[in-house]
Amino acid sequence: MSRLSIEASTPLCLLQDAGRFGVRHLGVTQGGALDWVSMRWANWLLGNPGEAAVVEVTLGGFSLVAEQDCCLALTGADLDARIDGEPLKPWSSFTLNRGQRLRLNQPLQGARAYLAAPGGFVAPQVLGSCASVVREELGGLDGLGSALAKGHQLEYRGTAPGLKTVPEGLRPDLTDNSALDLVLGAQIGDFSGISLFEAFNRDWTLDSRADRMGMRLLGPALQYQGAPMISEGIPLGAVQVPPDGQPIVLLNDRQTIGGYPRLGALTPLALARLAQLLPGSVVRFKPVVQELAWQQQRAFLQRFVA
Amino acid sequence: MSYRIETVAIDCLMVRLFDAIDEANMPWMLAASQRLRAVFAGQLVDLVPSYTTLMVHFDLLQLSPDQARTLIREALENLQPDNGSGGRQHEIPVWYDLSVGPELSLLAERCATSVADIVRRHSEREYQVFALGFAPGFAFMGLVEEALAAPRLATPRKRVAAGSVGIAERQTAAYPAVSPGGWNLIGRTPSKLFDRARDGYSLLQPGDRVRFVAVDRATFINLGGDDTPLEALA
Repeated sequence: MSRLSIEASTPLCLLQDAGRFGVRHLGVTQGGALDWVSMRWANWLLGNPGEAAVVEVTLGGFSLVAEQDCCLALTGADLDARIDGEPLKPWSSFTLNRGQRLRLNQPLQGARAYLAAPGGFVAPQVLGSCASVVREELGGLDGLGSALAKGHQLEYRGTAPGLKTVPEGLRPDLTDNSALDLVLGAQIGDFSGISLFEAFNRDWTLDSRADRMGMRLLGPALQYQGAPMISEGIPLGAVQVPPDGQPIVLLNDRQTIGGYPRLGALTPLALARLAQLLPGSVVRFKPVVQELAWQQQRAFLQRFVA
Repeated sequence: MSYRIETVAIDCLMVRLFDAIDEANMPWMLAASQRLRAVFAGQLVDLVPSYTTLMVHFDLLQLSPDQARTLIREALENLQPDNGSGGRQHEIPVWYDLSVGPELSLLAERCATSVADIVRRHSEREYQVFALGFAPGFAFMGLVEEALAAPRLATPRKRVAAGSVGIAERQTAAYPAVSPGGWNLIGRTPSKLFDRARDGYSLLQPGDRVRFVAVDRATFINLGGDDTPLEALA
């Protein structure tokens, strides 16, 4: 068993895995790493199952000290990570010797970094997952959803393979600003013609009102002309449009059912990119056919098999 | 039984069985849920029932969207309503009191009647659980007598105590845990609505029937209730 002592943290530093499944009918949210691609690469670097428990550090402010010599992996955002003051770039596994301090300071590129350990961090499985959902008091180190905090200890039991790096060509491009793929939903025809045009041809700015439940987008007010809706299940990435016409992308910690009309749902790959964007960033949407998006996702997952 | 299959996400399809909320939907919804679970088996990630719809989240590693559509049609062929199982019956104790249910007076005023009469009218009906959502174990129940229907608060409370019983439009519900909330609060139950140690976790499931039973403060405390007044939680 190897240990790491947390010396600094924020409410945005959370233990996560792929999320909680098979319990949505009970009103339990999904949770899990927002940038699932980076989470998977972090685990890949250490030979872990893709959904082993990792630490999701949003925006920085996180620091820990190794109690033993450790091998860890860091992916996702460049949060100005340093080992005892020396810069550490993401997308590789690395050694943190006993007594050395790893600090993630502030976003230089992207928003969320993922820290993995051999075999995954040890945490109780609550309803089949250790994903931390503060609101639902589920997951995390204590099983009660708490964020990581100063004084907490992270533990892992696995042994690391040799040091590895994610090949440059396979890393997500955090500067990619191409349009985000959106699978069109059932209410798409109930938006006004001009709104449909604007939804897919105008810039959308990420509002500061953003958390793990959802991200608000600012732009032209979209007009829904259909009948009021009865609450129904909400998929990951649903782009819902409340009466003010400003879309909200619903993320991993979303409520399970809701009654706002939707343009559709972003694809998992689009969501992983969105998770790395800071408030003020500008995005566009591009409609994609469900079958094609499904094929792309299947093909993408092959990357992690090797 | 007619229904529609709609696209909602890369790995989710919506099965739309009805267009309006109705207690008579439930036998069909339960039957459809059962069939879908049986036919999809290990290829189902989640099934999210609501008032008129069932959202099927299938495993994209095992099924294509078209294969999932075919399975849905197979599951719902010759569907018959499930009138037999019809859900469990629950009696949920509620301490109706202004200190934990401040909107009791508002409802009494709106109905030009006494608080006691509001309590009697809320607790004399048997309610059906339509759906779970909003929070783990949060059960949307109805239908509340038309005269007691009240819109959600214009400004939701930041903190509503666990067990708080409320009304929104013609629905009633109890908050399983402390959370923000905009429902009109009329009382508090000591019942544990979501318990990770319980088989099935949630006390209430869609299709269950619920009756609220008025209890006094002493009984509420004896049953494990927390009588901290709402304003002390704010």
